[in-house]
Amino acid sequence: MLPNKLGYYDIFGGKFVPETLMSALDELEKAYSKSKSDRSFKKNLDYYLKEYAGRPTPLYFAERLTKKTGGAKIYLKREDLLHTGAHKINNTLGQALLAIKMGKPRIIAETGAGQHGVATATVAALFGLECEVFMGEEDIKRQAINVFKMKLLGAKVTPVASGSKTLKDAMNEAIRDWVTNVRSTYYVIGSVAGPHPYPMMVRDFQSIIGKEARCQSQALFGKLPDYLVACVGGGSNAMGLFYAFLKDRVKMVGVEAAGLGINTARHAATLCKGSVGVLHGSKSYLLQDDDGQIEIAHSISAGLDYPGVGPEHSFLKESGRAKYVAVTDKEALEGFKMLTELEGIIPALESSHAVYYASRLAKRLPKNKVIIVCLSGRGDKDIDIVRGVL
Amino acid sequence: MNRIDKKFRELKKEKKKAFIAYITAGDPNLATTGKLVIALEKSGADIIELGIPFSDPLADGPTIQAASQRALKSGANLKKIFKTVSAIRKKTDVPLVFMTYCNPVLRYGLPGFFKACGRCGVDGVIIPDLPAEEAGEIIKLGRKNGIATIFLAAPTSTRKRIINIARNSNGFIYYVSLTGVTGARSKLPAEFKSKVKLIKSVTDKPVAVGFGVSSAAQAKEIAGAADGVIVGSAIVKIIGEKNIIPRVSRFARILAKAIHSV
Repeated sequence: MLPNKLGYYDIFGGKFVPETLMSALDELEKAYSKSKSDRSFKKNLDYYLKEYAGRPTPLYFAERLTKKTGGAKIYLKREDLLHTGAHKINNTLGQALLAIKMGKPRIIAETGAGQHGVATATVAALFGLECEVFMGEEDIKRQAINVFKMKLLGAKVTPVASGSKTLKDAMNEAIRDWVTNVRSTYYVIGSVAGPHPYPMMVRDFQSIIGKEARCQSQALFGKLPDYLVACVGGGSNAMGLFYAFLKDRVKMVGVEAAGLGINTARHAATLCKGSVGVLHGSKSYLLQDDDGQIEIAHSISAGLDYPGVGPEHSFLKESGRAKYVAVTDKEALEGFKMLTELEGIIPALESSHAVYYASRLAKRLPKNKVIIVCLSGRGDKDIDIVRGVL
Repeated sequence: MNRIDKKFRELKKEKKKAFIAYITAGDPNLATTGKLVIALEKSGADIIELGIPFSDPLADGPTIQAASQRALKSGANLKKIFKTVSAIRKKTDVPLVFMTYCNPVLRYGLPGFFKACGRCGVDGVIIPDLPAEEAGEIIKLGRKNGIATIFLAAPTSTRKRIINIARNSNGFIYYVSLTGVTGARSKLPAEFKSKVKLIKSVTDKPVAVGFGVSSAAQAKEIAGAADGVIVGSAIVKIIGEKNIIPRVSRFARILAKAIHSV
């Protein structure tokens, strides 16, 4: 069972945070482990996942997309149909209930595309918690609708002007706030990143995606899928889909953002092109220069625009259990158009990376193979960006 | 004996508290850093912390974030900073402590980093995003090369954690005065006194207090309870302005006087 007691997945993970936070992480670990064996906590979470967020999500056969590619069958795990429009709500519901259990009246979050920010602001409104979301100035510009939504939901959105003004810097600022207000504040991390126990906990909350998909596969086509495909920024929707299948003979592909191309300086392909280091509390792959300074990532999708990745993905890459590839901005837009035109589903630009890769993969595979794509979010938030480039 | 231990021993004999000054190496450039170290020592600093700039300093407030950016812009990196330290070492025996984050050190390579520290005359290392439980190899390499590993204790540290922090620290224990990031504050929480007492009840090693110290009066108050006072942002703020060396020297003299008068 991974991670081990110290939060390691082999050499990846750990707790690399200021001492001020160490007791808070211990406290969180204890509270989380207690909640796992607490039947009423689980019942409560299940209730909100079902009645509020809209679980289970369908596993939808993308018939026209499949026909177009002419190969393996493509199924979509429709996380885009969830309340707030992405898989992020699975995690924020879990963590907000935990924050309440721990008696923390204030929650904070970092956000890139704004999906996690909206999902956090939403549960804050739902449960009456004070909420502050840190967001890079660059992202605030490109995700204006989500910023407005968060404000409507009663959250304070704090612009972050340091560094690249994107997700990495928002996370720095959220950690700084947490260090300052640690006694009253619960930090809702949005991905399978950060110090232990976050990567494990977020994975567990997201693992419902794979658990459902596994049952649905048996019911729909009487076997497990041959491939799982999901986009990877920090990696929460991918980890959520993969986790239930780790012990099965199912191939897994994580799709990173190649931006303008992985051989340019403008990409976010951490696992494909990065090296091991420490960022935001854990040891994992990251984009860095020869001096160990973090490099600025680039992707057309704000949610993948991150120079780090969750430690369990680094482990899955090193162990060979999962494969990681990268898809460019241009290809992702092609995926976006394809799904919109052929299936009437407008995907998030993040998920469009996975859609594009799956369509290429399907073409190479025989018709009796099955691919499940995690359609992690819907594309409403990206309409302005797409309008600008198409 | 390590220069830090020697310094604390001397100060103890004179019944004085240590004034520990922080600057970011390479801010605004490495030549000035060399001059600032000498100026700070002349103005009464007992130990000098040199920050190695990192792109994502999550334990630092705006002042030191800006200093790190200036230093990175000037092209400072570990290789060049080691060279600067070697040059400084020819002129002074003031104890020098590196303060940085995990990633630049990991990237340089741990064994090589500690060897270079030993060779160039660095006496100690502080890494705020490296808690003692993650630091096994660093503690070993520090001992092997005679470099003090200085860990931080915080207002939220439990007694059990403090015992472990004290055991793994050499040189001194760095008590963080408040829950928060670095940066000058007009007021410090009163709890630091009881926490310093707690640390001193579990160890004989010196305890220095930093984060938030902005004035001579605060420095004096801390010196009354601890073995050393660390001042960073309040000095670094001047470095971001004009006429750096005379003004840093003047401020350092005021701080030194306040701390040494206790």
